[in-house]
Amino acid sequence: MSNWIDIAPLSDIPKRGARMVKTALGCVAVFRTAQDEVFALNNACPHKAGPLAEGIVHGKSVTCPLHNWVISLETGEAQGADEGRVTTYPARVEGGRILLDRTFLRARTAA
Amino acid sequence: MTQKLIVIGAGMATGRMLETLVDANADYDITLINGEPRGNYNRIMLSPVLSGEKTYAEIVTHDDDWYAQHGISTRFGCFVQAIDRKARTVTLATGEVLVYDKLVFGTGSNPFMIPLPGAHLDGVIAYRDLEDTERMMGLGPEHKCVVIGGGLLGLEAAAGMAARGVDVTVVHIMGHLMERQLDEAAGYLLRKALVDKGITVKCSANSKEILGKDGHVRALLLDDGTELPCDLLVMAVGIRPNVSLAQDSGLAVGRGIHVDDQMVTSDANILAVGECVEHDGAIFGLVAPLYDQAKVAAATLMGEDAQFVQKELSTKLKVTGCDLFSAGDFADGEGREDIVFRDPARGVYRRLVITDNVVIGVVMYGDTADSNWFFGLIRDKTDISDMRDTLIFGPAYQGGTPLDPLAAVAALPRDAEICGCNGICKGQIEDAIAAGASDLGAIKATTKASASCGTCTGLVEQVLAVTLGDDFVLPAAASICGCTDMTHEDVRRMIKSQRLTSMPAVWQECAWKTVDGCHVCRPALNFYLLADWPLEYQDDPQSRFINERKHANIQKDGTFSVVPRMWGGITTPNELRAIADAADKYAVPTVKVTGGQRIDLLGVRGEDLPDIWADLNAAGMVSGHAYSKGLRTVKTCVGTDHCRFGTQDSTGLGIKLEKELWGSWTPHKLKLAVSGCPRNCAEATCKDIGVVCVDSGYQVSIGGAAGMDVKETELLVQVASEQEAIDTIKAVTQLYRENAKYLDRIYKWMNKVGLDWIKERIETERAALVDRFELSQSIYRRDPWAEHARDKAQSYQPLANLSLEAAE
Ligand SMILES: Cc1cc2nc3c(=O)[nH]c(=O)nc-3n(C[C@H](O)[C@H](O)[C@H](O)COP(=O)(O)OP(=O)(O)OC[C@H]3O[C@@H](n4cnc5c(N)ncnc54)[C@H](O)[C@@H]3O)c2cc1C
Ligand code: SF4
Ligand code: SF4
Ligand code: FES
Repeated sequence: MSNWIDIAPLSDIPKRGARMVKTALGCVAVFRTAQDEVFALNNACPHKAGPLAEGIVHGKSVTCPLHNWVISLETGEAQGADEGRVTTYPARVEGGRILLDRTFLRARTAA
Repeated sequence: MTQKLIVIGAGMATGRMLETLVDANADYDITLINGEPRGNYNRIMLSPVLSGEKTYAEIVTHDDDWYAQHGISTRFGCFVQAIDRKARTVTLATGEVLVYDKLVFGTGSNPFMIPLPGAHLDGVIAYRDLEDTERMMGLGPEHKCVVIGGGLLGLEAAAGMAARGVDVTVVHIMGHLMERQLDEAAGYLLRKALVDKGITVKCSANSKEILGKDGHVRALLLDDGTELPCDLLVMAVGIRPNVSLAQDSGLAVGRGIHVDDQMVTSDANILAVGECVEHDGAIFGLVAPLYDQAKVAAATLMGEDAQFVQKELSTKLKVTGCDLFSAGDFADGEGREDIVFRDPARGVYRRLVITDNVVIGVVMYGDTADSNWFFGLIRDKTDISDMRDTLIFGPAYQGGTPLDPLAAVAALPRDAEICGCNGICKGQIEDAIAAGASDLGAIKATTKASASCGTCTGLVEQVLAVTLGDDFVLPAAASICGCTDMTHEDVRRMIKSQRLTSMPAVWQECAWKTVDGCHVCRPALNFYLLADWPLEYQDDPQSRFINERKHANIQKDGTFSVVPRMWGGITTPNELRAIADAADKYAVPTVKVTGGQRIDLLGVRGEDLPDIWADLNAAGMVSGHAYSKGLRTVKTCVGTDHCRFGTQDSTGLGIKLEKELWGSWTPHKLKLAVSGCPRNCAEATCKDIGVVCVDSGYQVSIGGAAGMDVKETELLVQVASEQEAIDTIKAVTQLYRENAKYLDRIYKWMNKVGLDWIKERIETERAALVDRFELSQSIYRRDPWAEHARDKAQSYQPLANLSLEAAE
C-alpha cells in the first residue's frame, strides 16, 4: 500500500542535483536527473557511508563524493567492479511536486 | 423535425465537426457564430503566412460558398454574450437572441499574458489570430521585435519575422528552448539553427518590465538590467482555455469545460470540443486530439455511439530549416533507459526513451524522416527487444556499422585552426598530405603543425587518418572517459575551433555517447568552457565536485572544513578573534594550522556553512578556496620587513599576488610562494609557481610539487621589477588555463609541452595573456561565501524534515 507524502516543489532541487530529507533514522537523499526524474536513496554509500546527496549526478547514476563509487539511482546498486547496494525508496513527481512514500520511509524504522 | 444546432466558435475543432455533420447529411439547422470577423481557417498555418510562404487565402478551410451550400447560417465578428440554459437561448453581443436544441462550445483558448508592468502598452500582442499575424507582418527590416517565450509558438513567430528581415530577440525563461518537448541536446541544436537565421536567443532570462514611450512599447527590461529595445513585443508563453462564457452559464468547469467521453458537458444539450475542453483531467493544445474530439461530437449529435480516447501526441516545429520532432514522454518517471545517437557532422540528434522494451518517448533533430515510424512504435507500444541494437538508426536499417569517432574532425572546415601555436589550419595539413606527407613527422617538417607545444598532435593525427583513410593507423590515445572517444586535447581544440560555448554543444559536436556525461568529463568540460569563454559560459555547479559546489572541503564523515583567506599569510588579532568566535559558536571540533599558512576549521556541519561564512565575512574574511582547482595560497616569508637577510618585500609581493589571482579557476590546484632571499624560508621552489627574491630582482620559477610527486621548480624568467614578476605570473597562469589538461598540475603540463615552449610564449605574448587573464578575473574574482550566504543559504538545509513524522 502506498501513502504518498508531498515533500517540496521539484524546483527546489537543481537539475542533476540532490537534496536531503531528514527522517528519524537518518537521511534520505532525493535526486533529480536532467530529465526531471526523481529518485530517493539512503544517503549513505555502501563503501564507507559517503553522503551520496553531495555527489555528481549523471544519467541515472550518482558518483559518491568520497571515493567515486558510481551508484545506480534506479536500483541502488554499485556500478562497475564495485559491489554493494543502497536502499531505494519510491519517489515520483506529480504536478511539479516531489512525492515520497511514507509507508516505505517508515518501514526503514522496522528494518 | 429538424433540430436547431448552434456552434460557438469557428475554430479548427468545430470546422472538422461541421464537415463530419455535413458529410453525413445530419438533420440539423446549423448556426455558426464566431468572434473573429471570419469563418474557419487553418490556424496552425498562420506561421507560414507570417513567414511569407503562404497567403491567408490559401489557409481558409471553409469559405462563404461552403457555408451557403450547406445551409449553415453564420454570424462572424460577433461574440456570444450569454446563454440561458433553461430557455435554451443564446444572446449575441448585437442583442440578437437565438434558440437552440443543441449547443456546441468551440471557444478555443486565450493567450496567457504575463502581468508585467507595461503589458497594457500598445504594441504588446499575443500570437493567436490573423490580426496578430498582420501586426507582425507589418514590421519591416528596420524594426526590432522581442518575443517572450521560447516554445513552439514563440519560435515560429520569431522565425517568421526574421524571414522578413526583422531584428528578432527571443527571451526564454528556461535554460533551453522548447524545454517541454526537447531535451537539452536537441534544444542546443535548435538554438544554433535559429541563431544562424539571425535570431538572438536569450535563455534563462527573466522579464521584469515592459518599458513604453507615449503609450507604445519601447523596450523589454530583464531582471539583470538588460534593456532590449523593440517596436513590437510578442508574448507567446502559453494559453488558457476560454471558459468564461461556459462558467457564466453554470456549466461544470475546471481548467476547461468538463466533458465526458462523448464530449457532452454537464448539460446534456450542450457539447464542447477543442482547446476549451477538459477531458479526464487533461486539456489540449494541439490539433490532433481536437480532430478526434470533433468526430466524436458529430457522432454524439447524430445519436451514434462514439468515444473520445486520449492518445500520445507529437510535436513538429514549422520553421524551415529546423527539422524537429518530439513525441511521447521523455521527462518524468522511473525505470527508463535512453538510446542516444549523435551525428555532429550532419547536425543530427536522436534520443529514444525506453521502458520495459517499449519506446515511450522520442526526440529527433536534424533528420526527422523516420519520425512517423518511431511515433508508431510509441502509439502501438511495440515490443522492441528484437531490434534494440539497430533501433536508433530507423526502419531502413539493416545490420550495423559503428559510429565513426573521426566524424567530428572530418566535419571541420578547411579554415579551422588545428595548430594554434603556428597558426596552421586543416586545409594546409590536407595540402601537405596531398603533396606526399603521410605521417606526423612529415607534417611537422612541412607545415610546423604540432611542432611546438604538441597539444594538437592528436588532432593532426586525426586529420591524417581522415584524409588518408586506411593508409594511416591512428595511435590509440586515452579518451577523457567512457562517454567519448576524444582526448582532453581534442575536446579543448574543438571547443576553441568550433566555438562551443555550452556543455550540450560539446556533447553534440563531439559525439558524446551518454546523455549528460559523467563525474569524470563534466568537471573537465565545465573548466574548459569557463576558461575559454569567461563571458559567454555560465558555470555549472552540478558539474563540480562537492568541494567546489559547496565551497568547503568534504571530510570523511561528511562534515566540511572551512578555511578563510589570509592574504600572504598575514592575519590580525581581530581576525583571529573572529575565527575563534566562529569555532566556538559552531562547535568546531578541530582547529588546525594548514601547510599553507592558514587556519582550518574542521568538522563544520553542512547546514551551518552559510552561517559560519556570514560570520567570517562580517569580520572581513573571504573564502580561502582551500577546496578549489584554482588559486589556493601564496605562502610567504617575512622578507625585508623583519628579516636581516631579506632583499625584497616578499610578504608584500605575496599579498599582491594573492589579491590579483584569487578566485581564478585552473586545471588543478595552484599554490604559490614568495621567499625574500635564496634561503627560501617559504619553500618557494616546491610550489606550482615560486618566486625567490634576489638583490637584482625576482626569479620566477614553475613546475614544483610536494604532493604525490616531489619536484623542484625550474626557472622561467628573472625580472627586475615587482610588476614584471606579477605580469609574468598572470601570463603563465593564463597559458596553463588555456592549454593544460584538466587535473594536470603545472609540472605535468610542463613535461608535455616543454619549458622552452612556455618561455617562448611568455616572452612573445605576455601582454595578451595578461589581458585574457584579467578579463576572466573580472568575472571570477569574487567571494563565493558571500554569494552563497546571501542567495543560496536555503539550499544548504534539508529539503524536508520528517523526523517527527516517522517517529509517530
Ligand atoms: C500560430 C499558431 C500556430 C499553431 N501551430 C500548431 C501546430 O503546428 N500544430 C498543432 O497541433 N497546433 C498548433 N496550434 C494550436 C492550434 O491552432 C489550436 O490547438 C487549435 O486551433 C484550437 O482549435 P479550437 O477549435 O479549439 O479553437 P480555435 O481555433 O482557437 O477557435 C476558437 C474560436 O472561437 C472564437 N470564440 C471564442 N469565444 C467566443 C464567443 N464567446 N463567441 C463567439 N466566438 C468565440 C474565437 O474567436 C476563435 O475564433 C497553433 C496555434 C497558433 C495560434
Ligand atoms: S627567505 Fe630569506 S628573507 Fe625570507 S625569511 Fe628566509 S632568510 Fe629571511
Ligand atoms: S595528505 Fe592525504 S590524508 Fe592527509 S589531508 Fe591530504 S589527502 Fe588527506
Ligand atoms: S564512501 Fe562512497 S565511494 Fe567511498
